Amino acid sequence: MSSIETELRKYILDKLLFGRTEVALSGDASFLESGIIDSTGVLELVSFLEEQFQVKVEDEDLIPANLDSINAIVRYVEKKRK
Amino acid sequence: MKKESGIFSADQLKLDVSKEADRIGVFMREGVFKQLKRKGVVVGLSGGIDSSAVAALSVHALGADRVVGIFMPESDSSDDSLRLGQLLANKLGIRTFKEDISGILQGAECYRRRDEAIKAVVPQYHAGYKSKLVLSSLDSSEFRISYVVVQDPEGKQTKVRLTADAFLALVAATNFKQRTRKMMEYYYADRFLYAVGGTPNRLEYDQGFFVKNGDGSADIKPIAHLYKSQVYQIARFLEVPEEILNRPPTTDTYSLAQSQEEFYFSLPYDKMDLCLYAKDRQIPAETVAVAAGLTAAQVDRVYRDIDAKRAVARYLHMEPLLIEAVGDVGTPS
Repeated sequence: MSSIETELRKYILDKLLFGRTEVALSGDASFLESGIIDSTGVLELVSFLEEQFQVKVEDEDLIPANLDSINAIVRYVEKKRK
Repeated sequence: MKKESGIFSADQLKLDVSKEADRIGVFMREGVFKQLKRKGVVVGLSGGIDSSAVAALSVHALGADRVVGIFMPESDSSDDSLRLGQLLANKLGIRTFKEDISGILQGAECYRRRDEAIKAVVPQYHAGYKSKLVLSSLDSSEFRISYVVVQDPEGKQTKVRLTADAFLALVAATNFKQRTRKMMEYYYADRFLYAVGGTPNRLEYDQGFFVKNGDGSADIKPIAHLYKSQVYQIARFLEVPEEILNRPPTTDTYSLAQSQEEFYFSLPYDKMDLCLYAKDRQIPAETVAVAAGLTAAQVDRVYRDIDAKRAVARYLHMEPLLIEAVGDVGTPS
């Protein structure tokens, strides 16, 4: 597991799942479809990504292809960091 | 309501208005006098269609002498709200009271807190600016992103994405408005032994477009089962003034004019009505698309957005949690 994914999973478990470890989240599970993120949650996630990984999330980046699953976010952050 | 026909259209939402107004009348008399044991109804009048319809229905049900209308303007509300509210009250012949709530809001530092929230993302913002909250459009992304639009004293507008913290602070501050209004309505309800009439329509009630313990609070909600287009039908039947019927729905919460579309629903209410009605009946997106003048993909997005909003609304509708039932509290007599 990449360090991005480890940090991200920690964040999701703590902030979006409120510590509910019984919820198994696969890397490709859609946040929107599983209902674990709402519009405030997206803004929180963006703040987390910007602070934790030192990336600037642009308005046009706020699409499911970049942010709707753990794998998508890992790919997105890796791309932004290059 | 009409029987389902083969073709899906807005006709499905057409009411037998006279029958529906009478049905609500029976419900209100029974609810207010027998269940709530109150002498009449207090309605906060905003000059909008929902509060106008509730006031008109209350008069239809209980008589004008048992209905009190309250105007509650504040620094950011539009002059039209008061004028149209008065127009309606005069037409209905009800008693009214005017309470400018700006002083209470200043006391609670509503405006200062709001300004601080905006300053966190727009550092140059100051009291001379106007502002509003908007959501990203349904077509731009499936994520609904909140932005603040500010207008400087020269009239130049800028749209800035909110951080989660600024968004929550902004909403928490402006929610003082709805809660203060409700507090004032309950003052008059206590004063006259009346019930508070709530004004959410079905779209708002279902989708959580209200402030908990603010406009979401009431003793009786006579139009919570009606789609917005049905509220218009009832209002027209009860002869609500034309100017109110023709006024575009607004939130009247922010200093810049803000439509309900850009703040919450992302679709004009008639299309939103159709989508909500159809979704609850598992009507396929392709069928709704034709009737609503949208693409099937757009309807699919609206369907998903409806579910997302329902998830958020669950908290708003929840009663306080108790570890166990207490005595016979809440049991109907």
